[in-house]
Amino acid sequence: MPAPDPAILARKAQIVDRLRHVLPPDAVISDETETRAYECDALTAYRCPPLAAVLPASTAEVSAVLRVCHEEGVPVVPRGSGTSLAGGALPTADSVILGVARMAEVLETDYQNRFIRVQTGRTNLSVTGAVEEEDFFYAPDPSSQLACAIAGNIAMNSGGAHCLKYGVTTNNLLGVTMVTMDGTVVELGGAHLDAPGYDLLGIICGSEGQLGIVTEATLRILRKPEGARPVLMAYDSLEVAGQVVSDIIKAGLLPVAIEFMDRPCIRACEAFAKAGYPDCEALLIVEVEGSEGEIAEQLDLILNIARSHEPVELREAQDADEAGRIWLGRKSAFGAMGQLNDYMCLDGTIPVSALPEVLGRIAEMSREFGLEVANVFHAGDGNMHPLILFNANEAGQLELCEAFGAEILKLCVEVGGCLTGEHGVGIEKRDLMTHQYAPADLDAQMAVKDVFDPQWLLNPAKVFPLAASQQRRTPLAAAE
Amino acid sequence: MTLSMTEETRLQPTSEAELADAVAADPGPLRIKGGGTRAIGRAAAGNTLDTSGISGVTLYDPGALTLVVKAGTPLAEVETLLAENRQRLAFEPMDHRPLLRTEGSPTIGGMVATNASGPRRIQAGACRDCLLGVRFVDGTGRVIKNGGRVMKNVTGYDLVKLLAGSHGTLGILTELSLKVLPAPQASATLIFEGRGIRDAVALLSQALTSPYEITGAAYDPQRQKAFLRIEGFAGSVTYRAGKLMELFGSFAPVLEEDPERIGAIWRGIRDVEALHDDDGDIWRISCKPGDAPAIADRIDDATLLMDWGGGLIWARLPTGTDARQALQGLGGHATLIRTADPANTTLPVFHPEPAPVARISAGLRSRFDPRGILNPGLMA
Repeated sequence: MPAPDPAILARKAQIVDRLRHVLPPDAVISDETETRAYECDALTAYRCPPLAAVLPASTAEVSAVLRVCHEEGVPVVPRGSGTSLAGGALPTADSVILGVARMAEVLETDYQNRFIRVQTGRTNLSVTGAVEEEDFFYAPDPSSQLACAIAGNIAMNSGGAHCLKYGVTTNNLLGVTMVTMDGTVVELGGAHLDAPGYDLLGIICGSEGQLGIVTEATLRILRKPEGARPVLMAYDSLEVAGQVVSDIIKAGLLPVAIEFMDRPCIRACEAFAKAGYPDCEALLIVEVEGSEGEIAEQLDLILNIARSHEPVELREAQDADEAGRIWLGRKSAFGAMGQLNDYMCLDGTIPVSALPEVLGRIAEMSREFGLEVANVFHAGDGNMHPLILFNANEAGQLELCEAFGAEILKLCVEVGGCLTGEHGVGIEKRDLMTHQYAPADLDAQMAVKDVFDPQWLLNPAKVFPLAASQQRRTPLAAAE
Repeated sequence: MTLSMTEETRLQPTSEAELADAVAADPGPLRIKGGGTRAIGRAAAGNTLDTSGISGVTLYDPGALTLVVKAGTPLAEVETLLAENRQRLAFEPMDHRPLLRTEGSPTIGGMVATNASGPRRIQAGACRDCLLGVRFVDGTGRVIKNGGRVMKNVTGYDLVKLLAGSHGTLGILTELSLKVLPAPQASATLIFEGRGIRDAVALLSQALTSPYEITGAAYDPQRQKAFLRIEGFAGSVTYRAGKLMELFGSFAPVLEEDPERIGAIWRGIRDVEALHDDDGDIWRISCKPGDAPAIADRIDDATLLMDWGGGLIWARLPTGTDARQALQGLGGHATLIRTADPANTTLPVFHPEPAPVARISAGLRSRFDPRGILNPGLMA
């Protein structure tokens, strides 16, 4: 991270004092032991306590805080629930963390027009919780959904296991109330479906908290399907399992989820969760939705395709209990890995057709680096999650693991994919951006930030390689 | 590159590199033209830059549901290719020709530049939701790419959405990558006769809040007819049609199962057939679906067609009438898609933006097109 500005550190008392003038006393945290709670997000390898943390309770308070920080020239790092795996909410010592945790209300629920309006500190799962009684749900379902906030979902354009059918956050976001760095409150979108001019909502979503702080969101809600059922398929070859995925899609089926696990992952999950998975090279979990008859119609087609590729085993859930067992292992994959080792979770996306090649090359690299990898991912949309296992207590292992991870992500780009499918760039993949984008491509993106935040005070050291953003972040230093 | 001299100079590059050079060298202003069928907004002054020479399918991977295609490629060519593989553009792009009284062959670039999306937008998303990546040339002649060809991609800012619907004012699209979806095996349409506006919008809403995955929900006030479409595997369509017939039994809907007639109904709604004939101004109003009856009440002398369960209202009004008055206090926005008297109308084509949003839009334009040469004034 860039070195903190000593001039800001020297003015800490004055800045905190000004923040206390615009917020209630308990909403400004500046004590050095208490700011430690905000020193990192879920990318725990990197930590730094902020200058202060603020917890505003309304859009007006967010605006007031930003006006103060804008006038003082203090960087602001927005924070939802702090579950970012990419370091999106990592502070610097000269920055103020702005947390939205105290803004978690449901503002409006409208079933007739199929939307809910919430404050963005609300957790993803509790949005569905607010409409479940009427059999509705909010579709994007990142695996951290119990904890992660809508603010962070919007910042990172979060996905989940079910986006093959329902899309990611950007496809389910109808409107926002946002505060720009100078304190201006901007309303974009609403309960209608498209933008009057430029699609600014589209550029806000996924901008990693660099363009504005979203305080309220209008989200599309959907009626729950009548039912859902998974089927488990086991194969003795990664290539064949990849072919099954491709054949299912080519046959005109659009399952709500297609999950893929390789042998190291299957073994770890089995040891941890005892879901009764077969020991094989590749395991697919395919889930379809609808009424009993509709599920049967789709499963019939899917199982025919599955059988034509000589599976080791096919397991159709006969009841809710069996369905739960099929999902059990997959859902505990990350926990299972955590039991075994420290791990780093990657998130590159590849064209589905490149799956066998990429898995083969990851296995080769695994031998070269001497680190084990387990693969679990959303196969329908090509979003991979290779988990690299390492020992954080052994000197040099973290660095080796990061180097290996970078090679995997470069491979994803090389085969026509991208560095990150749903976790975001943050600090983690910042310096790899030049592998996916040419200088002009990055400059066009940074030009958008210039418009929303000309002084580059909002979450400034993220997304772009530090060298590329240097001149914009510190125009004076660069001029010297 | 072809330089044809008609009434004005026409630039017709045949590659992205030629286009980039042409833009860098041209003092502007430039009128960006794909197929020339979606003439929305005030015609910009200047030489025409025709992108139809940058054409062809770069990559089509049916098993990954992805298509990469150059911007000047005719839409018809793409639709034929997809149909051969039993796939389609799920957002159902409308054909603007009969409504705007234009001629020519719609291109993929024009479709994206106007974010053209049809009745299925309520279920499958808009063009912008199915757009995975773009390549474009900005106002200085720089080639820029964003997004890619995979369905999940959060690597950097999403300029893909920003370019969709930007009407050639931020950059000239050269290549697009799109998510395609399987074409359904079967479809059915329920037709409700003799329904008033309130009644119709309520019934469309009831259907859209059912678990039966409605892919079209429209209402034609002239004929007092409401339409609901379902699509999918044969067994599933039969099941859901049965459920909906049961749910709306008291309205005695007619069930249409003939694919030809279903196709004609929804093409008519997609292309706003109800408003083709007479002169007058054509407005496209985007609103909260439940507000549609109130908005209809506030517009006098209008001929209307409603799509998206009421969330999209097409209105033909006497020339010079401001449809935006009807949105006071309700939210939503209105675009003046066609006017009978372009020389004299003072009504802005695009919905006026509040000051902070207008500043952002102007800022983006000045960054992507610092010389102000790309379709100047078209969206401002």
